[in-house]
Amino acid sequence: MEVTIIIGIIKSAIRLATPYLYASIGETLGQLSGVLNLGVDGVMLMGAFVAFYTVTQTGSLFLGLLAAILVGAVFGLLIAFINVTLKAEQGISGIGVYIFGLGLSSLLFRVLIGTVQTINGFSPLHIPLISKIPIFGEIFFQQNILVYGAFLLVPFTWFIINKTPLGLSIRAVGQHPEAADSLGVNIVRIRYLTVIVGGMLSGIAGASLSIALLNVFQQNLTNGMGFIAVALVYFGAWRPISVLAGALLFSTVNAIQIWIQVQGVNIPSDFTLMLPYIVTIIVLTAMAKRRVRPPKALNKPFERGE
Amino acid sequence: MMKLKKFIFCIAITSLLVFSLAFGVNAEPFKVAFIMPSTINDFAWSQSMYDALMTIQEQMGKEEFQFDYSESMFVVADAAAAIRDYASEGYDLVIAHGSQYGSSLVEIAPDFPNTSFAWGSTANVFTDQGIKNIFAYEPLAEQGGFVNGVLAAKLSRSGVFGVIGPIETGDAKHYTEGFKAGIESVNPEAQVNVTWIGSYSDVALASEAAQTHMDAGADVLTGTSQMVVGAIGVAQQRGAYWFGYDVDQSTLAPQHVVSSVDVVWAVALKPMIEMIKKGEMGGKIFTLNLENGGLKIVVNEEALVGKTIEDIIEGKIMLR
Repeated sequence: MEVTIIIGIIKSAIRLATPYLYASIGETLGQLSGVLNLGVDGVMLMGAFVAFYTVTQTGSLFLGLLAAILVGAVFGLLIAFINVTLKAEQGISGIGVYIFGLGLSSLLFRVLIGTVQTINGFSPLHIPLISKIPIFGEIFFQQNILVYGAFLLVPFTWFIINKTPLGLSIRAVGQHPEAADSLGVNIVRIRYLTVIVGGMLSGIAGASLSIALLNVFQQNLTNGMGFIAVALVYFGAWRPISVLAGALLFSTVNAIQIWIQVQGVNIPSDFTLMLPYIVTIIVLTAMAKRRVRPPKALNKPFERGE
Repeated sequence: MMKLKKFIFCIAITSLLVFSLAFGVNAEPFKVAFIMPSTINDFAWSQSMYDALMTIQEQMGKEEFQFDYSESMFVVADAAAAIRDYASEGYDLVIAHGSQYGSSLVEIAPDFPNTSFAWGSTANVFTDQGIKNIFAYEPLAEQGGFVNGVLAAKLSRSGVFGVIGPIETGDAKHYTEGFKAGIESVNPEAQVNVTWIGSYSDVALASEAAQTHMDAGADVLTGTSQMVVGAIGVAQQRGAYWFGYDVDQSTLAPQHVVSSVDVVWAVALKPMIEMIKKGEMGGKIFTLNLENGGLKIVVNEEALVGKTIEDIIEGKIMLR
C-alpha cells in the first residue's frame, strides 16, 4: 500500500514538473547569454493555445507541437528584437510580452474556439521492456512523450552549455560580452539564438499542458507558471541539473501536499498549499552559503565601445 | 364649415396623442453592466451569470434590455474603477459578480443614488450603513450539493469520493458541505476526501488533485470553479463520475458528467429589474434555491444509462 502511494506521488511530481522544466531550461539559456525574459508565461499561453487549436483543426498532435514551437520562435524573435536590438529595459519589456501573450491567447480562444472543450492529447507511451520494471518502470517509463522530452532536455542542454564551443560562446557573452566581442563572437547572434530557442521551449511548455497533460485550453491556463519557471532559473544557479532539482523539489512537495489533503490529515489546506514555496525557500537559503553569482552581463544590453 | 374644422381638429389631436403614445412606448432600454473576475466562457461562475443575462435579453428583446460586461476583473481595484465608470455612464444596474467586490460597492454606491448595484454570493445589503441601492444574491449551494451527493452515493461502487475545491469559502464551501451531507445520508460509511487547491484557475493542480483522489480509490469526483476542467479531464480519462456546479458541465465529458447544479441567476435578476423599474433601488437579498427554481439539477442521461443503451442496441446485451 505504501509503495503505491509513493509511486502515485512521484508520477504526479514528474507530470507537474514537466512544463516548468521546458520553460526554465529555455529561460536558463537566455539568461546565460545575458537576456532576462519575464514574458515566459505569455509565450507558454500562446504555445498552449496554438497547439490546442491546431489539434482541433487538423487532428494531428505533432502538427500541434510544431505549431507551438513556431509560435514560441516568433515570440522569441520579438523578445530578442525588443531586448537586444532595441535595448529595452528587460524586466519591463518581459511583463509587456506576458500581458500580450495572455491577452492574445484569450482573445484567439474566444474568437476561434469559444467554449471549453477537451481533445485527445498525447497519451502515455510505455517504453518497451523497461516500462515493465516493477515500481521504477511504472513511475518513469509510462509517461507521455513530452514528459520524456522535458527530462532528456536537461542532460542535452548541460552538454551543449558545458561541452561545446557554442556553449562556451553563450557563457562568454553572458559574463564578458566585451571580451567575447573582441574575440569575434557575434553577441547579437548568440543572444537572438538563445532567446529564440528559449521561446520555442516555452511554447513546448505550454503545449505540454494543453495537448498532453491537461488536454484542455482555458483562459490563463498556465496560472503564473511561467514566473515560477523564471524563479527556478535563479534557484538552479543557471545550471540545468540544478534547475531540474528545483523543478522536482517544488513539484514533489506540491504532489505531497495534495496527498496530505486527500488523506484528510488535520492540517489546514492554507498551510499545505504554502509548503512547496516554503520548502523551496528553505533549501535556497540553506544553499546560499556557496554564493552563486548571476551571469555578469545579465539584464544589461550590449553596446560596443561601452 | 364648422363641422369640417371640428373634424380636422379632432383628427389632429388624436394623431398627436397616438404619436406621443408611440414615443412614450419607445422608452430607453434597461441597461445592465456586468463585472466579473473571470471570463464569460469560464465554464463556471461567470459563464452562468452571462447565460442568465443572455436569456433575459432574448426574452425581453434588445430594445428593452441591454448589457455590457468587463471580464477578468480579478484585481479588485480594477473592478472598482469599472464599477464607477459604468455607474457614471448611466447604467440602471451594475452587477459586481463576486464576493470580493463588497467593499468597493460600499464606497461607490452612495455616490450614485440613481444607480442600482448587485453583488453575490452574499447576504449583505449594507442597510445598517444607510445604503439603499445595493442588492445581494445568494445561491443555497448546499442544497444542490446535497442532491448531487445523494445521487453520487447511489452510483459509487468504491464508496470513496473526491472533492476538488478552490478556496474554502462561499459557494464552494457550502456546496462541499451539502455534498458530504448528501453522501452520508445514503452511505454513512462513505469516505469523502476534500482538497482545496488554493486557486480558482490552477487547472494543472486541479488535474493532479483529481489524479491523487482516484489513486486513493475515488470513483466519483466533484468540485467548483473554473479550474475543474482539469479534474473533469481526469474523470474522463480514468473513468470516474463527475458532478458539476454553476453550469451544465456535461458537454465537456458527456459520458462522465452525471449531473450539474445549474444556478439560474435569472430567478434573482428578473424581480430585481422589476423592483428597480418601480423605483426600489436596493435593500433586498435574493436567495436562489431548489424551491424557487434558482437552482436546477440538470441530470445527463447519457452518463447514467448511455453505455447500457448502446450495448443493448449493438447487441452486446442479449435480452430475448
